Amino acid sequence: MLSYFSNPARFEAFARWASPVALIVLVGSLLVAVPMGLYFSPEDYQQGHTVRIMYVHVPAAIMAELAFGFMALMSLTAFVWRHSLADACARAAAGPGAIFAALTLLTGSIWGRPTWGTWWVWDARLTSMLILFLTYIGYIAVWQMGTDETKSARLARIVGLVGFINVPIVKFSVDWWNTLHQPASILRADGPTIHSSMLWPLGLMALAYVALFAWFVLTDVRASISEKQIARRSQRTASRPVASGQMATGEQNG
Amino acid sequence: MAEFFAMGGYAFHVWTCWGASTVLLGGLAIARHRRLRRMAELAGKLDGQGSTRNSVP
Repeated sequence: MLSYFSNPARFEAFARWASPVALIVLVGSLLVAVPMGLYFSPEDYQQGHTVRIMYVHVPAAIMAELAFGFMALMSLTAFVWRHSLADACARAAAGPGAIFAALTLLTGSIWGRPTWGTWWVWDARLTSMLILFLTYIGYIAVWQMGTDETKSARLARIVGLVGFINVPIVKFSVDWWNTLHQPASILRADGPTIHSSMLWPLGLMALAYVALFAWFVLTDVRASISEKQIARRSQRTASRPVASGQMATGEQNG
Repeated sequence: MAEFFAMGGYAFHVWTCWGASTVLLGGLAIARHRRLRRMAELAGKLDGQGSTRNSVP
């Protein structure tokens, strides 16, 4: 399947119908999840209305981890099979991933103030999420700063693969260490522990974030494909008068 | 309505989080859409140049 999409024309054809589908899923799930999350879902018996932060915080955290997983998979694909679009996919996922990680840290900090009485603690979950955010920044910096694209791509793939080690650490940090952050309440072996009245808007918001991430990646890869095609065509256009000039000179000489 | 916006005294916390999410993700969506549109326009211009060049006998 990965090799099928490595062809830019096939990817473009897929993205042309997948992008509107992602947008429909995004808008549809937001239309239900936003009123549910902000109004219809009940307030928490301990946390009150601050629980509504969960509907933007938890999906952002899930997506920050999933986006890095996707980036690592694309980096591996680029390393092993040298698919031309794998690097573009990994690069397209880095920006949204960094924003999801930043939102996780920001919303978590704002939620932590009334709940824990502090904006920040150096516990395992918060610290590992900060490291994930910094890894995203490092990955983006590798692409931005390099002048040789081949070298940048190789280094970015290494950052993508090595950085993935941190993803399971983020996920299981609350189980492996004693943290101020609560243990997992959704993605658990014995099922979610939160009530369905909160689980539904949370699930729908997560679906909206997944659709948004898919749209981000599809749009950016399409733009990258166009950018490369434009660069190739403008090179060809620039070399055309020279070639015809040479031919004319050759004809005169002949 | 005022009660809804007050969020039980946690208006700053709740609205800041939802607002920041909207602004950051919406901003990235606009940036990505603009980039795709710019590329499409550039490709269109190149197509136009190509057709003019080709039409010259």
